[in-house]
Amino acid sequence: MARLFEYQSKKLLKQGGIPVPEGKVVSSPEQAAEAARELGRPVVLKAQVWATGRAEKGGIHFADSPEEARKAAREILAIRISGLSVEKILVEEKIDIQSEYFAGLVIDDAEKSPVMLFSSKGGTGIEEIARKHPDQVARAYVNVSKGFREYEARDLIRQTGVFGKTLTWLSRVLAKFFQVSQKYDARSAEMNPLVLASDGTVYAADCHFVVDDYAVFRHPDLGIEVAREFDRPPTELEKIAYQVEKNDHRGTFYFFQMLDEVDEKENVLGFNGAGGGGSMMSMDAVLDQGFKLANYCDTSGNPSASKVYRAAKIILSQPHIKGYFASGSGVASQEQFHSARGLTKAFKEEGLEIPAVLRLGGNFEEKAIEILHTYLKDIPGKVEGYGREDSPEFCAERMKKLITDNDFLSHKVRPLQEPEITEEVYSFQTPTGEIRINQEKCLNCSTKACIEACTQNILKLEQQKPVLAISREDTEKGKCTECLACEIFCTFHEQDAIFIHLPIKGLKEYREKVIRKQEKCSDRRK
Amino acid sequence: MSILVNEQSKVLIQGITGREGMVRTRLMKDYGTQVTAGVTPGKGGQDVYGVPVYDSVKQAVEECGELDISVVFVPAFLVKEAALEAIDAGVRLAVLIPDRVPIHDVLEISRFSKQEQARFVGPNTLGLVSPGKAVLGMIGGRAKSAREWFSPGSIGVSSRSGGMTSAISYYLTKAGLGQSTIIHVGGDAVVGLSHPEVLQLFEEDPQTQLMVIFGEIGTSQEERVADLVSEGRIQKPVVAYIGGKAAKSGTRFSHAGAIVEGSRGSHESKVRLLKQAGVHVVDAVADIPKKAGQLLKEKGNKQ
Repeated sequence: MARLFEYQSKKLLKQGGIPVPEGKVVSSPEQAAEAARELGRPVVLKAQVWATGRAEKGGIHFADSPEEARKAAREILAIRISGLSVEKILVEEKIDIQSEYFAGLVIDDAEKSPVMLFSSKGGTGIEEIARKHPDQVARAYVNVSKGFREYEARDLIRQTGVFGKTLTWLSRVLAKFFQVSQKYDARSAEMNPLVLASDGTVYAADCHFVVDDYAVFRHPDLGIEVAREFDRPPTELEKIAYQVEKNDHRGTFYFFQMLDEVDEKENVLGFNGAGGGGSMMSMDAVLDQGFKLANYCDTSGNPSASKVYRAAKIILSQPHIKGYFASGSGVASQEQFHSARGLTKAFKEEGLEIPAVLRLGGNFEEKAIEILHTYLKDIPGKVEGYGREDSPEFCAERMKKLITDNDFLSHKVRPLQEPEITEEVYSFQTPTGEIRINQEKCLNCSTKACIEACTQNILKLEQQKPVLAISREDTEKGKCTECLACEIFCTFHEQDAIFIHLPIKGLKEYREKVIRKQEKCSDRRK
Repeated sequence: MSILVNEQSKVLIQGITGREGMVRTRLMKDYGTQVTAGVTPGKGGQDVYGVPVYDSVKQAVEECGELDISVVFVPAFLVKEAALEAIDAGVRLAVLIPDRVPIHDVLEISRFSKQEQARFVGPNTLGLVSPGKAVLGMIGGRAKSAREWFSPGSIGVSSRSGGMTSAISYYLTKAGLGQSTIIHVGGDAVVGLSHPEVLQLFEEDPQTQLMVIFGEIGTSQEERVADLVSEGRIQKPVVAYIGGKAAKSGTRFSHAGAIVEGSRGSHESKVRLLKQAGVHVVDAVADIPKKAGQLLKEKGNKQ
C-alpha cells in the first residue's frame, strides 16, 4: 500500500471537488515565510511525515506572520517525528473550526466490499471514537457497481445526529470522497478531521490516503517510487531491490529491511524465503532459535535464476550478518534448480565466508541440492542444502550450529567487481543482462557442454566455438531464460570462459558507501 | 465426493496460449482434468495440446456446451475483464491465478459473481486439487509431482499460502492421510472463497471428515472460522496453523493479505480466538499430520 503524504492526498481531494484549505508545500524556513506572505493571513505549518499524533510530537505549529512561520519551520525541520526526519512542510491557511467530523473508507474482507465510515466526532482515531461515542459512528457498505450516491451519504450521516444544511454539505462531500477513493484505487482513505468552518464551508483539514500497490501502475501521475506496504519511507537498498522486481516480471522478489542497522555483536541473518506462507513459517523458526533478521525477502512464483542471483547479491550487501538462511514452504511447485543456480553464482562471486543453510524443497529439489553441494563445497563458508523432508526448525538448528562453528564471523561486504571486457569477447544481450564468452578459451574445451546445458537450445558450435543459434533479438526478448546453466557448467567443469553480466543498478555505489562505513568501524576498533 | 471440482467438471482455460496457460494446461490434462476449451481473443481456431481455442467464452460455450469452471491465466490487469466474461457466460466457478490484481477489481468481480450466484477462487492462487480426480491451476507444478504429493482421502485442506498448501498436503500423504480437496484460497486481502466459506463446503461434503487450515496474520478469515465453530455451524474437527508470529504491525509479508492493521488480525488474537472456539491449533506445521491422525482415530472409535 503506497501511502501518500497529506499534501498529495489533498491535491487528489481538490481535483475531486472537495474543498481543502489553501496552502503550499515547502522545504525550507525561507520558503515557509514566503508561503505565509503569499497567503497573507494566519497559517498552520504541518510536518509531512507518515506518523499519527503529529501535534503532540511537535509537528504542527501555528504562525500569525511570515517571520513566525520561518521560525516554526526551522523548528519542525530540526526534529524527528516517530523516528522519521521531516523533509517537507505544508503551510496552510488557518481554518476557524466550528465542528470536526470523521470520514473514512476501508475495505471489508468478509463482505468483500468497501465500507464508508462517518462520525460526528472527528479528530482522534476511529477506534477511539467508536469506543467513546458508539452512537455517533455509522457505517455503510458500498455497492461498487453503483457507486456511493449522495442520498446514501445522507442516510449514513443522519444516523450520527447531523441535520440541516450541514447534512447536505457533508453528504455532497462524502459522495465525492468515494469517487476520489475509487478513482485512485484507495486501499484505505480518511478525512480526519473533516471540518465545518465558521464561514459555513466544509473542508478536509487533514487527509490520509493509501493507494493499493497493485494498482499503482494505473496512476503514474502520483509519482510513487516504491509500491510496497511500509510503515516508513523505503531505504536505499529497498529502492535498489524494487527496481530489480519492477524490471523483471518472472516470479516475485519482495525485499525489505527489518533492522535500521545491523550490530556486529548481534546474531543476525540474511533471510531469503520463498512464498509468503513458507517464508513466514521459516522466519518464525529462525526467530525461535534466537536469531534476528536483517531483512525479509521472498523469491517465489517460479523466478528466473537471474532474479534469485540478484536477490542474493542484495541480501549480501548488508554487513555483519552471520549466516544466510533460505527456506520456503518445503514443497514448492517451482523448479528449484533455478534458485540453486542463482545462489551458486552469487555465493561464488562473493567468496562467501559465512555459512548458508538453503532449504530448497519442491520440484527437482534433488537436482537443486546437488548443484549447491557440488559447486559450493570449496568456498570458505559452509553451505548445506536441504529438501522437503527437512523441517524449517531442523534447518534453523543447523544454521545455529554452523554459525557457532564459524566463530560468529561477520559478513564483510565486498566491492562489486566486474570482469574486464577484452576485445575478443563474443557477447549478446539477454532479457536483463549480457552473456560474454571468451572464445579463445573455448579452443581448450573438450566437452563443449555449454551447448547441451542450454535447455532453450539457443547456442550452437561454429568452428569449435559456441555462438548464438537464434537471432540476437529473440535472445534478448526472452528465448534466453537466464537459467545460468552455461556459465555454471563452464566455470566449474571447463575453461571459465562464460560470464553472465547481470547488473543491479545502484548497488555498486551503495556497497562503496557500506564499505567506507565498515572500514571506519574497524579503524575505530583498532 | 470432494468440493468444487471433480473428474466430471468441464474446464475452460482463459489465456490458454500464454506461457503459463500452456504449461499448466498440460499439467491439468496430464492429471486427468477435463480441459474442454480455451480462450485467447484473436487466436480462435488454434489448439493447445489438443484443446480447441476460441475467441470468447461465449463462443466456447456455444461450441462445447456448458462449462463449469474457468481457470484464468491472463495478465493481472485483464483479470477483471476475463472473470466477468466467464461468469456472464454461465461459468459457475472462476479460478483466478494471477498475482497483483488491483483490489478494486476484485471487489467488482465479487459484486458481479454474487449477483450471478457464481463463485471464484483467488486471485493470487496456485489453484485447487481433488486428489485422483482433477487439478485446477498450477498446484503441484507437474502431474507427476501432483500424483506423488496428493492422495485421495478424507481431509479437506484450505490454505492462504500456495507453497504451504502443497507442503501440508504432502506431509499428510506421507503420514498415510489422504485429502478430499486441497485449496489455496489465495494470498490477497480480499479473495473469492475464503477459509470460512471453504470450511462450510467441507462441512457439507460427505467425503471430508476433518479440515486443516493454514492461516496467516491479517484479514478476518480465521476469526470468522472461530465464529462458525463457536456457533456450531462447523462440527467436523478443524486443525489450524497460523503463520507470522514474528510479524510486526503495519508491515506486509509478501501476501497482500498478510498485514496486521492495528491489533486486528494479529497472530496472538487469531490463535486465542480459534483455541477458544475449540479449533486444534498447532505450533509447527510438522505437528499437523500427527494431530489430524489422532483426531481421525478418535472419531473412528466413536462411530
